[in-house]
Amino acid sequence: MTDSPLTRAAEATPPHLARRIKGLSDRAIAWIFVAPTIFLLLAINIFPLIWTIRLSFTNFRANRPNREVEWVGLRNYERILTDSDIWLNMQATAHFLFWTLFFQVLIGFTLAWLINKKFRGNDLWTTIIVLPMMLSPAVVGNFWTFLYQPQIGLFNYAIEFLTGTPASSFEMLGSVTLAPWAIVIVDTWMWTPFVMLICLAGLRSIPDYIYEAAEIDRASKWRQFWTITVPMVLPFLMLAVLFRGIENFKMFDLVVQLTGGGPGSITELASINLKREAFEKWRTGYSSAYAIILFVTVFGLASIYVKALNKVKER
Amino acid sequence: MKARYLAATAAVALGAGMAGTARAEDLTLCWAAWDPANALVELSKEFEAQSGHTMSFEFVPWPNFADRMLNELNSGGKLCDLLIGDSQWIGGGAENGHYVKLNDFFDAEGISMDDFAPATVYAYSTWPKGTPNYYALPAMGDANGWFYRKDWFTDPEIMAAYKEATGEDLREPQSQLELMQIAKFFQGREIGGNTVYGVSIFTERGSEGITMGATGALYTWGFKYENTPGSYDMEGAVNSPEAVEALEFYKELYECCTPPGYTNSYMGESLDAFKSGQVAMAMNWFAFFPGLYQDPDIGGDKIDFFVNPPQNMAGSTLGGQGISVVSYSDKQEAALDYIKWFAQPEVQAKWWELGGYSAHNSVLNDPGFESSQPFAGDFLVAMQDVQDFWQEPAYAELLLAMQKRLHDYVVADQGTAQEALDKLIEDWTETFEDEGKL
Repeated sequence: MTDSPLTRAAEATPPHLARRIKGLSDRAIAWIFVAPTIFLLLAINIFPLIWTIRLSFTNFRANRPNREVEWVGLRNYERILTDSDIWLNMQATAHFLFWTLFFQVLIGFTLAWLINKKFRGNDLWTTIIVLPMMLSPAVVGNFWTFLYQPQIGLFNYAIEFLTGTPASSFEMLGSVTLAPWAIVIVDTWMWTPFVMLICLAGLRSIPDYIYEAAEIDRASKWRQFWTITVPMVLPFLMLAVLFRGIENFKMFDLVVQLTGGGPGSITELASINLKREAFEKWRTGYSSAYAIILFVTVFGLASIYVKALNKVKER
Repeated sequence: MKARYLAATAAVALGAGMAGTARAEDLTLCWAAWDPANALVELSKEFEAQSGHTMSFEFVPWPNFADRMLNELNSGGKLCDLLIGDSQWIGGGAENGHYVKLNDFFDAEGISMDDFAPATVYAYSTWPKGTPNYYALPAMGDANGWFYRKDWFTDPEIMAAYKEATGEDLREPQSQLELMQIAKFFQGREIGGNTVYGVSIFTERGSEGITMGATGALYTWGFKYENTPGSYDMEGAVNSPEAVEALEFYKELYECCTPPGYTNSYMGESLDAFKSGQVAMAMNWFAFFPGLYQDPDIGGDKIDFFVNPPQNMAGSTLGGQGISVVSYSDKQEAALDYIKWFAQPEVQAKWWELGGYSAHNSVLNDPGFESSQPFAGDFLVAMQDVQDFWQEPAYAELLLAMQKRLHDYVVADQGTAQEALDKLIEDWTETFEDEGKL
């Protein structure tokens, strides 16, 4: 008998266990190994999801465990989908999502393209640019509230310096028109480096010989950019958009720290509203329905997007 | 000598231990993190010495206090043996079984609710409201009041400028409208080389801030939650013409006279604005007044206090809390020992002395009480006309609805006061329907 790892493992198996395993198919053994993971998945993800769906058809409140739970059918869903305030929250979420993705892709790709150029101090600049995403969102939210402070905030003073508009004449977090942009700016500041890193990985994966071949074909830099760089980085970029899109759809901590959803409900994103319904008002059944609606929305959009991503990759 | 000293110490310790329960426990008292909590830590050292129990404290900053503690109660947590919970929690605490009913204990120990100020017993202890079912002992009387820069108000130049601008004498405001007039006068004025502002008021969105601030105006215009108490009949009460006028007033006060950037301000921000010399007047809870008076920069001669000014009637927003025994605690006996100790008149007197607001009649009716602190008289006046928010089990839902409607109107400038209050009735009606009360 050869002294292979397999042999050593077989010899190390206690005889009573070996007798039991003997006769099991490879498939059965594979199931034995996979079972704990599947069990955990069922216990931590699938069961709560099914339980949430069930709760969404009731008037259950977690803070009233003794109250009789009534089956209310689709009433929770109907109330949510016909509530104009919730549609305003959805609009705020869509605004935040669209503009953060737009700016992060634009700036992130530009930075990656610049960093990809070989220049002195390249690594140092990469480290500096990446710093914001290493910070805690709570910390970022907190210090940006100071930066936005109309009387002492550096941001306001910078605007005054650049435009001449008096620093204390506008309130980034207190103004209905500016607050939605204030949260976009902070999220963009924090997460653009993430998009940049992914784009940089994409740019560095493009072999030099493709550009060399293009040079030989006398393709201009502009044409090289649009026919080589962009198509080859696109799958990476789309992946970054997917990650950031999902993250920003459920954005909570940063915005809570910055505006608390205000002024009024102007920056109350869907996740903030959901948290209020679930853990402040304790409308568990109602908020379960709300969570299911958000889940279906994210899942549906992500599925369509992933299909598009796969098509781009296949090209 | 040393042996004799040890024996004496042991005898004292034994005696102290016997005064309490047989077994010494480590009790945890939960409350908000603010000035009076520090006073309570100091006060409780006497309890530790007398009872043999030890005390631990869990203090949570106000903006997170309700969230943290209500989660603890709803999950049946054993963190807190004693809880000084907000007055509005009493309904939920009683109906959901979070608080121990104290009637039998009070009877057995001879603790009478007649010994405490009626307004505080009603607000902090009883559920259903006004019935003799007690779930807390009044622990900390409080109301929303005002303080101002006395040194500015008595400055001859400023006084003359005010007289010239308004034709009236500069004084503590006697009405809400006079308060706004004074605030407008100070807004943007240069004092000591700095630009100052009129008032700092509550505008916070996340927890209870703007509701606690705006109700200070609403109550004085005659706002009522119901046409008939207990009927949940809100149409015409919540959105009465007086209520609309009061809410418009609060919005105007916010727009005309607060410092830039105070769009989400509550207790901390109000104190900061005043302590940094930015505002002439500020609203805040009486609980902070002892600390303000002792502040080396703006306290002493530079500060004075006044009750929330009346308009159509007197009215102040109630703060304050009662102390309850948490029903999930394994140390209820020791927790009750603490309440028994805390209810004693001499402990209540020391509580006031240390900076807590006692609600005990022996303290409040003491002839020397009014002169004991510059704000003591105002506190007594305020407590006569306090009104509280809904204390229903669904209070959090009711409060969040009001927070949203008020902030939408006052700070975000969405819609009209009438629309805000109409929508508030819709929200509250939905809540009470869900509760089966409508």
